[in-house]
Amino acid sequence: MSQPVDRFEVRLAGSGGQGLILAGLILAEAVAIFDDRNATQTQSYGPEARGGASRSEIVISDGEIHYPKVISADVLLAMSQEACDKYFYGLKPDGLLVVDSGLIERVPSSRAVEAPITRIAQETTGRAISANIVALGLIGGLTGVVSRQALQRAVTARVPEGTVDMNLKAMVAGWEKALEIIERGGVGPD
Amino acid sequence: MKRGEHSAYAYLRHSKRFPHVWCPGCGIGIVMGAIIRAVDQLQLDPDHTAIISGIGCTSRMPVYMDFNTMHTTHGRALAFATGLKLARPDMHIIVVMGDGDALAIGGNHFIHAARRNIDLTSVIVNNQIYGMTGGQLSPTTPFEMRATTAPYGNIDPAFPITDLSIAAGAAFVARSTVYHSQELEKYVRTGLETRGFAVIEALSNCHTTYGRLNNLGGAVEMMRHFKQASITRKAAEKLAAEELEGRIVRGVFHHDISRKDYSTLYREIQEKAGGAELANERIDSMEMV
Amino acid sequence: MAAPRMMQGNEACAAGAIAAGCRFFGGYPITPSTDIAEYMARELPRVGGVFIQMEDEIAGIAAVIGASLGGAKAMTATSGPGFSLMQENIGYAAMTEVPCVIVNVMRLGPSTGRPTSPSQGDVMQARWGSHGDHPIIALSPASVLETFELTVRAFNLSERYRTPVIVLVDEVVGHMREKVTLPRSEDVKAIDRIRPSEPPEWYKPYGSSPNDVPPLASFGSGYRYHVTGLHHDSAGFPTDRVDEVEPWARRIFRKIKGSVNHIAQYETDGVEDARTIVVAYGSVARAASEAIRVARSRRRKVGLLRLKTLWPFPTRVIGQVCREARRVIVPEMNLGQIAIEVERIAGDRKVRRVNRIDGEMITPQQILDAMEAK
Repeated sequence: MSQPVDRFEVRLAGSGGQGLILAGLILAEAVAIFDDRNATQTQSYGPEARGGASRSEIVISDGEIHYPKVISADVLLAMSQEACDKYFYGLKPDGLLVVDSGLIERVPSSRAVEAPITRIAQETTGRAISANIVALGLIGGLTGVVSRQALQRAVTARVPEGTVDMNLKAMVAGWEKALEIIERGGVGPD
Repeated sequence: MKRGEHSAYAYLRHSKRFPHVWCPGCGIGIVMGAIIRAVDQLQLDPDHTAIISGIGCTSRMPVYMDFNTMHTTHGRALAFATGLKLARPDMHIIVVMGDGDALAIGGNHFIHAARRNIDLTSVIVNNQIYGMTGGQLSPTTPFEMRATTAPYGNIDPAFPITDLSIAAGAAFVARSTVYHSQELEKYVRTGLETRGFAVIEALSNCHTTYGRLNNLGGAVEMMRHFKQASITRKAAEKLAAEELEGRIVRGVFHHDISRKDYSTLYREIQEKAGGAELANERIDSMEMV
Repeated sequence: MAAPRMMQGNEACAAGAIAAGCRFFGGYPITPSTDIAEYMARELPRVGGVFIQMEDEIAGIAAVIGASLGGAKAMTATSGPGFSLMQENIGYAAMTEVPCVIVNVMRLGPSTGRPTSPSQGDVMQARWGSHGDHPIIALSPASVLETFELTVRAFNLSERYRTPVIVLVDEVVGHMREKVTLPRSEDVKAIDRIRPSEPPEWYKPYGSSPNDVPPLASFGSGYRYHVTGLHHDSAGFPTDRVDEVEPWARRIFRKIKGSVNHIAQYETDGVEDARTIVVAYGSVARAASEAIRVARSRRRKVGLLRLKTLWPFPTRVIGQVCREARRVIVPEMNLGQIAIEVERIAGDRKVRRVNRIDGEMITPQQILDAMEAK
């Protein structure tokens, strides 16, 4: 199905407890409020507060967004092997697959960006839980779909009180990693 | 007649609602009389008093009473009353229920109303059977007694209403019988004066079903049984457990006003959230036209 | 206008309720509606209202009706299983003509189903879930902003017609976040029930009135009257007189059906010369809009009729819009609950159903396929 040219779709997929729904909200808010474009965010999750499949979908556009779910993703972030296997088929042929290389062994594409997202979080902030924000920085830096400043403001607005500095560090680490990957000219294992 | 001349008459919807639905000799009317006299003694304003019921013989009571009255669905009277009380904490609310209404289908609402200690006065007319539908088993039908749905005798144990109420958190718990109408009146009055959840169990006769199915005689014989078999709590304390077998113990089983009632606690929430003034304005705007 | 913000459908629902004047919420937590209860627990005491978490959904709707009779605008919110439990008391509210709003964030059923997955499976339950013949009003929003607007409208209709109003939000809309700019509360038009002006001794809570909606006195306002789920006369007292029972029932139908043109809201997009009409509601209407955009790029004449009001069913507009069309497509996240109604009006030869009951949203492609199929 043809898509409007200005429709950009991001799917964040992994397990409950990884903060992917919050990450989706932050990305959508960064784009819609702080970059003043349009975005919708929807989610799908299981009954478990921790574990179980979880996904968050963000649709970005300058026009009106009718269908709020991903039709075929421009970006897939996979934070579990199961999510990677399940949603890879829903990625556009030229779409960007970003995987946490520490969590995913079998990468279904040679053109994937493989980054040790959780390890970066652990090393930068001492907290693996900030991997979701590292991932947002990484996606922002790789795609340019959100401005760095807008993402920074959305992270500041939405993360729990007392964790802003930690999460901003995580975001910057992700963004810098993206620039490094681009510099290096590409994709594939780190 | 004016209020005060004949206390019950002034509070009844006498012009349209009689004769009532209850069988000749039924005890429910005695409970209604006790409630009305208690309201009269306290001089509660009928405009600020509500009587709420569920479904069953007892729940037909409000229609005869000239207050704000609500005849709700089976078992749910306390839940309706909870909403009214929270919207209108200035009102006095009496909830009348039968044993099946309060403790079978409405059992969950009953224990949670007690747990919250919401300021409602609930009067449970306990005739130990489903009267209106023709004599089926109730959660207070005594062991081995007969009902149309327990033709070989009841194997379910009866709920002890007073124990249940105390355990669930009621502020005032008392029991009497329809033979002891003045005692009932006193307990309803105390219930209304208690800021919290009050339970008054009124043992009553359903000679039409329970009496007939169990060969207990008519209204007079059942009433006589309430007189002869009942004993005050004080007197009961002196008796051994086996001597209490088959006795009805009357009295106040629990009265503790140390715990704040639900509306008071919610008021504190509104103060904490900064909306107490707005709550006052809202309730004032509901006042008399 | 306030600043734009990202907001969830469920939050917008709760914000709309408060803007409409809701000051009482009684409910029980259930996915995917719980955000509404949480919002109300936080916000209602700030505006002088009351939130209570009841012991179950039956108690939730009962408390709502009790509070409404006490004069407070009142709401509960739930999802499928809880909506089933509420049915008896929704009928009580219809019978006693007590205004209240019931929000059902629809999840996939039957039974426990898939609690976090979307559905539109409760459309017929909203209409016929409670026993006995009675009218109902049900609204279904398609966006976050519209969830705010239709919740306000649910209160206004409920107050104006003295009837329970159901808001059928599907899980997609309930949990979706979108950029919205909510109106300031002083710009929200809130309608209050008509209260009696006659002396209490003349007051008839179920009496005749020009628009078939008699005034409703609040408990504790000096009007002592009786409310019962039994059939009742104009004073509210039980009756078994056939000359009172049926006229009452006819009146409560008349007050809703007679105002269908006021109650029923819908939007059309390019239906005038369309050969294919899509009739949709809730989040599915968004998939339809996307499908229509693509179809038009292929020069197909397709139009959309989006229903914001499901009950009373907007029979007239369906008839008008579908008359000239060759094909009517009704996509739904159920097996055809609104399609049945459309078929009744449009003639089933024309109507093509697109259904999904797996807990996933209908895609634009599915609707496009139905447009292109022979």
